[in-house]
Amino acid sequence: MSDLFSVSTSPHVRSSQTTSSIMLDVLIALIPASVFGVYNFGLGALARIIISIAACVAIEAIYEYFMHKEITVRDLSAAVTGLLLALNVPATLPIGMLIIGDAFAIIIVKMLFGGLGQNFMNPALGARCFLFISFAKWMSNFATDAYTGPTPLAILKGGEEVAGLAQPELLNMFLGSTAGTIGETSALAILIGAIYLLVKKIISPRIPVAYIASFAVFILIFAPGHQFDFMYMLKEICGGGLMLGAFFMATDYVTSPITPNGKIVFGIILGILTGLFRMFGANAEGVSFAIIFGNLLVPLIEKATVPKSFGKKKPEKEAK
Amino acid sequence: MNKCIERLYNGIIKENPTLVLILGMCPTLAVTTSAINGMGMGLTTTAVLVMSNFMISLLRKIIPDKVRMPAYIVIVASFVTVIQMLLEGYLPSLNESLGVYIPLIVVNCIILGRAESYASKNPVVPSIFDGLGMGLGFTLSLTILGALREILGAGTFFGLTVYTEELMPPVSIMVLAPGAFFVLAMVIAVRNKIIRGKKTAAEAGCDKIDCGHCGNTACAGHKTGSAE
Repeated sequence: MSDLFSVSTSPHVRSSQTTSSIMLDVLIALIPASVFGVYNFGLGALARIIISIAACVAIEAIYEYFMHKEITVRDLSAAVTGLLLALNVPATLPIGMLIIGDAFAIIIVKMLFGGLGQNFMNPALGARCFLFISFAKWMSNFATDAYTGPTPLAILKGGEEVAGLAQPELLNMFLGSTAGTIGETSALAILIGAIYLLVKKIISPRIPVAYIASFAVFILIFAPGHQFDFMYMLKEICGGGLMLGAFFMATDYVTSPITPNGKIVFGIILGILTGLFRMFGANAEGVSFAIIFGNLLVPLIEKATVPKSFGKKKPEKEAK
Repeated sequence: MNKCIERLYNGIIKENPTLVLILGMCPTLAVTTSAINGMGMGLTTTAVLVMSNFMISLLRKIIPDKVRMPAYIVIVASFVTVIQMLLEGYLPSLNESLGVYIPLIVVNCIILGRAESYASKNPVVPSIFDGLGMGLGFTLSLTILGALREILGAGTFFGLTVYTEELMPPVSIMVLAPGAFFVLAMVIAVRNKIIRGKKTAAEAGCDKIDCGHCGNTACAGHKTGSAE
């Protein structure tokens, strides 16, 4: 009897993935966008990226130390939050404001709700919206050494302050040599990182594809004055935070639906909301508000899209 | 007289309407954009509360039980109308910044709550003090909320400049709607930490029996006794 097979309780099939390995992959995937941001905006961008990551990790460790909780900074999720927030602010944002944003992301959005896995909203995006509402003047100051004008999206949106400026070139917007936040300008760099994540199966393509496709359809149909203008649609897709948001923030494991159909529904909701905010809202940008709004709907989406278990029948409707 | 002081303590600290009972959230969140607004709202409500408690307590044996709510509303509405006219006459700027929230005092759940749960069952003098205590508790918490939001979000305190934008730009979300929730949550947390931070469940009057039916929340939800 000594040669019993090893006995254990389920689950029997385990993945070698851990939180920290997934977060490390996300960090690796963000390298192209970060490097391009530093190349585009100079050392100020590099300083903000490093400070933001360091601040997030330090704030999480300090909070957990004083609250007598397990120190969880080794799972790298705080580092991802710090990097994403840095990529979502302009390279001119004062460092103090960036650190306030980091503290808001980690303490208010994440830790007060119970830490990683319990937060209902993407911490980096919550902090970005907090900064955007609090420090609108600084958050929309995109004048760096390299660029002085407004972002391409602002020009596309039109209005008095951008009257007479040349329309942005699609190629520039795709490659990223335009004004904007540190990490959002280059669609190409973001796509390189996104392909890495897709190949390693860290993210599923459902959310980003549904998001971008529904956004494109919305723009084609509803963009005021640009109905069925494909060039305009492509510029809107490459401009602003759409690419970064669709691949790196809408796909956040904690704040996106877990069910396969739910992911598609979530993506479509985000696409429509982003289109609404961009076309009919006051700001040129709407990705971050769309995603945190979508985050709030995730529990409902999951409830509505629970897949049928294998071998089970749909409950028949009771006869009246 | 002891009972009157107990009522004051109850209203201001023990059962503070905003921070403990979480009543009257609508004016609390909406008007506390500055310390002076919070204080104005608090004092206005206090005045109405004292007078309505007084009147309802006087009439408690006359008002039939079945129509007590309409009767209370009529009494409260009369006092609110008086107060609003006084504010319009003597403090027009405050009246303007509080806006629709003055008429809405009529349906403030603190006032109806005190009428229903205290003034309609107790003699006149304790009822007046109950209204005063609750009103002052409301005023105190609204003033604290307003002051914190004003300092953080606008850099001023009762209109006086605390720091300038060059020194440190104010976090303007604090004077907008989300800031009300942030600051309220923080103030409640701090109040709980101070008031009952170190009390054990036993000191808070817990016999650790029948926790399921215990209304006392001072043990911070550690309903530990039921297993025994």
